Amino acid sequence: MGKEKNESVIESSLKRKYKLQAKDVNVFYDDFQAIKGISMDIKANSVTAFIGPSGCGKSTFLRLFNRMNDYVDGFRMEGKIFIDDQNINKKKINVEQLRKQVGMVFQKPNPFPKSIFENVAYGLKIQGIKDKTFLQERVESSLKQVALWDEVKDNLNKSALTLSGGQQQRLCIARTLAVEPSVILMDEPTSALDPLSTAKIEELIHELKNKYTIVIVTHNMQQAGRISDYTAFFYIGEIIEFDKTNKIFTNPEKKQTENYITGRFG
Amino acid sequence: MNNIRKNRLKDQAFKVWGIACTLLGLILLLIFLGNIFMDGIQRINWSFLMNLPSRSPEKAGIYTALMGSLWVLSLSTIFALPVGIAAAIYLEEYGKKNKLASILEVNISNLAGVPSIIYGLLGLEVFVRIMEMGASVMAGSLTLGLLILPIVIVSTREAIKAVPKSIRDASFAMGASKWQTVYLQVLPASFGGILTGVILAVSRAVGETAPLIVIGALAYVPFAPLTPMDQFSVLPIQIFNWITRPQPGFVENAAAAIIILLFITFVMNGIAVYFRNKWQKKLK
Repeated sequence: MGKEKNESVIESSLKRKYKLQAKDVNVFYDDFQAIKGISMDIKANSVTAFIGPSGCGKSTFLRLFNRMNDYVDGFRMEGKIFIDDQNINKKKINVEQLRKQVGMVFQKPNPFPKSIFENVAYGLKIQGIKDKTFLQERVESSLKQVALWDEVKDNLNKSALTLSGGQQQRLCIARTLAVEPSVILMDEPTSALDPLSTAKIEELIHELKNKYTIVIVTHNMQQAGRISDYTAFFYIGEIIEFDKTNKIFTNPEKKQTENYITGRFG
Repeated sequence: MNNIRKNRLKDQAFKVWGIACTLLGLILLLIFLGNIFMDGIQRINWSFLMNLPSRSPEKAGIYTALMGSLWVLSLSTIFALPVGIAAAIYLEEYGKKNKLASILEVNISNLAGVPSIIYGLLGLEVFVRIMEMGASVMAGSLTLGLLILPIVIVSTREAIKAVPKSIRDASFAMGASKWQTVYLQVLPASFGGILTGVILAVSRAVGETAPLIVIGALAYVPFAPLTPMDQFSVLPIQIFNWITRPQPGFVENAAAAIIILLFITFVMNGIAVYFRNKWQKKLK
């Protein structure tokens, strides 16, 4: 039943203009203010890049959308985050359900120390799905989506840790896709990978855009320019500029943005 | 130039000192083992393992004490394991890291260092007298269970801590609950470490004598315990009893019993090392 509801939410969201919205968000770690009054609207089926120097709050902001900051000691948030017009910080929101809808890929590839199959099936298994054929089909389709199927189809029972870094990261993306989220958050997904693997992931992001809303944190300016539709420039907890990527990279409104993009600081 | 030579000399000196210290421990242990083996090895045979205690050293066996040790060993593990692991999981994964937590942490570590005879007094008062279990296997097992509980908690926490945070993050981000993350990711990944700690704790329990003497475990029991409420003896008490006898035959018996006790401990440590290596390989 929960799944049907989830699907109807995904469908109706396609008609909506904004998939993710933040309204006047402040984040504190004890006394330190990490996010200072950010509001932002992110369109469905787009790729949005967060750029900015280290410690500017991009990762913290990203993790608000699947509430991964909840476990951080001293974390406190003000303001509102909406996904499909639903406030995700309300008490009755089920965090586990939310995270099935909003997947996340991390900076360092972090496959579970289990087999390739078990990695991809994990999200479904924890939902209580035991149907073997269903699991096999979903694992196959997820691995195909990330173009990993041909490389691993004969070794599904091998440990995921035997894969290369780039393969591991694609596996982590497949693991996220297997539960059919509508949003994928990526926290510097290619910073630990070689250029070839990076190119593969970027190509993948480009394809995934058709079905998912993607938000990606990156330190790589060229990457932001290559793959994103929108770019937000963060600086010390604030958004300095948020616009179409084209505009940000060719004709930014603010001097600070231009300085950062051209490498004059940061 | 001079400085470099000085440093090199110090380096060499420490190396020699280190080797000497290592050898000291090893040689003493070897002498002790050699001694015990010379005295006891010819006494070890099937009837020594299967015979009941007796007044004449040639007929005496360790059956009752061995059975008592195995009973106490298994029961105290059954008590301490679930409680200790659950407590460790709570402290590591669920409990907030605040002042109360650090006070708890220090005190659990302290408990691991409390002299075992104190646990014996606790067991005597609570299990033997208040709960009226008498000097039974149950009372002894609960006492030893309490004794090894802090060790189980501390070692389990260390094993859980060694699981990388990225695995927890991945699990939570997939929509797993805390319990699912612990049960499906953290525990399997730390299983080797937990097992090692548990086996070391249990090895310690095998050798404990003082608390069991305090709660009233007997040196002479005519029969092996059949239920947890029976009276019992354990190997260390049997050994102690034999050593105090004047007849040379009993000294041989004691040496033989020591070999059996050492064998049990070595086997358990071996299992611990085996599993640790196996799991470490699997994690890589």
